[in-house]
Amino acid sequence: MEFIEFKDCTKIYKNGVTGIANANLKISKGEFVFIIGHTASGKSTLIKLLYREEKPTRGSVCVGGIDVGKLRNNKVYKLRRKLGIVFQDFKLLPKLTVYENVAYPLESYGYKSSEIRPLVLRALEQVGLKDKTRSFPHQLSGGEQQRVCIARAIVNKPKLLICDEPTGNLDPETSKEIIDVINNINQELKTTVVMATHDKEIVNRMKKRVIVIKDGLIDKDIQKGCYKE
Amino acid sequence: MRFFRIIGRSIKASLKSIFRNFSLSMASITCTIITLILVSIGILLSYNVNHITKEIENELTIVILLEKNVTTEEIQATEKSLKDIANVDTIKYNSKEEIKNNLAKESETYAKIIESWEEGENPLQDSFVLTVKNVKEINETATTIKNMDHVAVVKYGESMVNELIKIFDMVKNITLVLVAALILVTAFLISNTIKITIFSRRNEIEIMRLVGTSNFVIKLPFLIEGFFIGIMGAIIPVLITIFGYDYAYNHLSTVGLNNLLNVISLVKPTEIVYYVILILFGIGALVGMFGSVRAVKKHLTI
Ligand SMILES: Nc1ncnc2c1ncn2[C@@H]1O[C@H](COP(=O)(O)OP(=O)(O)OP(=O)(O)O)[C@@H](O)[C@H]1O
Ligand SMILES: [Mg+2]
Repeated sequence: MEFIEFKDCTKIYKNGVTGIANANLKISKGEFVFIIGHTASGKSTLIKLLYREEKPTRGSVCVGGIDVGKLRNNKVYKLRRKLGIVFQDFKLLPKLTVYENVAYPLESYGYKSSEIRPLVLRALEQVGLKDKTRSFPHQLSGGEQQRVCIARAIVNKPKLLICDEPTGNLDPETSKEIIDVINNINQELKTTVVMATHDKEIVNRMKKRVIVIKDGLIDKDIQKGCYKE
Repeated sequence: MRFFRIIGRSIKASLKSIFRNFSLSMASITCTIITLILVSIGILLSYNVNHITKEIENELTIVILLEKNVTTEEIQATEKSLKDIANVDTIKYNSKEEIKNNLAKESETYAKIIESWEEGENPLQDSFVLTVKNVKEINETATTIKNMDHVAVVKYGESMVNELIKIFDMVKNITLVLVAALILVTAFLISNTIKITIFSRRNEIEIMRLVGTSNFVIKLPFLIEGFFIGIMGAIIPVLITIFGYDYAYNHLSTVGLNNLLNVISLVKPTEIVYYVILILFGIGALVGMFGSVRAVKKHLTI
């Protein structure tokens, strides 16, 4: 079985809007995949189906052997511990320092402080933020905040890193740095990366697999693709 | 080990939250204080009403005077049929000789009168004194007895006492209903105040869920917060109960009710106060936890 598999997956929201229609998609371990498409095409919907923020209306989504749609609400945390999520708006806890933000997931899983420390420092090193551990989020630039978010996402060594427009709030130069950080994680840690974006430059520069979504349908699936049209 | 680490971290988080949202916590605590004071009054009141009702009931007796000239066999037969009445609790037989002797001892006037009777003459009647199990049925019991053979007169507790008991019953029921309603209201008030604190933290909860924190671990600090609020809210009512009831007991014993109606006394503080303290802490903690869990639940579903 593939690492990620969508089978005839359809998501219709409560208000009747179709987010994703009849998606069939396979992603293997270690891949780096871009999801692109116009606004409101369904990129975020596809991403949210991966971490069970939304449930498929029909069909199924499997991630690392877990049938995500069948997961009960109070078991969702089991899926989320196996993956890291990077958001456009970072979603950091404002009252916690950088270190505490990255440590938070592990603390809530009940890890020992002595187990947590090396994992947090390793993650912060990976994103190049080792010297800002005591800062609070509001004392950081957007790019730095996004690094914290990435560090938190990879602190538990997930097999999958999910990113929804990670560079949406950043300038082109910072975006490039963030993509490099994520690419390094993909290369060095063999973490599978699924990234929704509409940043043409990034997609064209990276030459990775590109999945194009159009009005909720998977329009194209190209290896080493570019952002055209 | 892991479980205790999580509990420890949750206790820290909940204390932080209580102090960070101090005014809201105070609102919940105040609300709990008021309810628990009323709960305490309610419990003490209904407990005492119960106690006093029982005391009065124990004082209520039926006095039966038998016809003159009944034979010993007839007395025994009557006693046997009295025993057969389901509502009869205790039966005490007073022969007219005994009554005569007792009267003679009681006062000189009686003694003189009795002396004036001829030897062997006794105009008094043999009698039974009964207590009943259920005072509410005392009317029916008295009627049954009145219809028995050899019974001349049946007397029993004045209707005033009956009325009193009815009123006490009503007081008891009303307080119980009020207390139950108050507990519910407090639970909802606490739930709503915690909802406000949670509303400002819903982003936090969302993030916790996204990074894979289990619902139990998310709920725990709120549960503990509710528990602390309930316990803190119980402290003042507990103190009021301890000192207030002691005061009431001593005060009423010396001046008030006890002399007024000499059968009535309040329940001793040592017999009831500990029990009320436990109930107050228990209700405080449960209501607090129930309120907070209710408040957080909404945010734990997608
Ligand atoms: N929670 C929701 N309830 C109802 N409709 C929704 C919801 N989320 C998204 N939609 C609708 O589903 C469609 C796809 O939305 P989605 O967010 O997946 O688009 P997107 O490709 O991520 O867009 P963007 O590039 O602007 O982020 C849109 O028409 C949107 O209005
Ligand atoms: Mg989107």
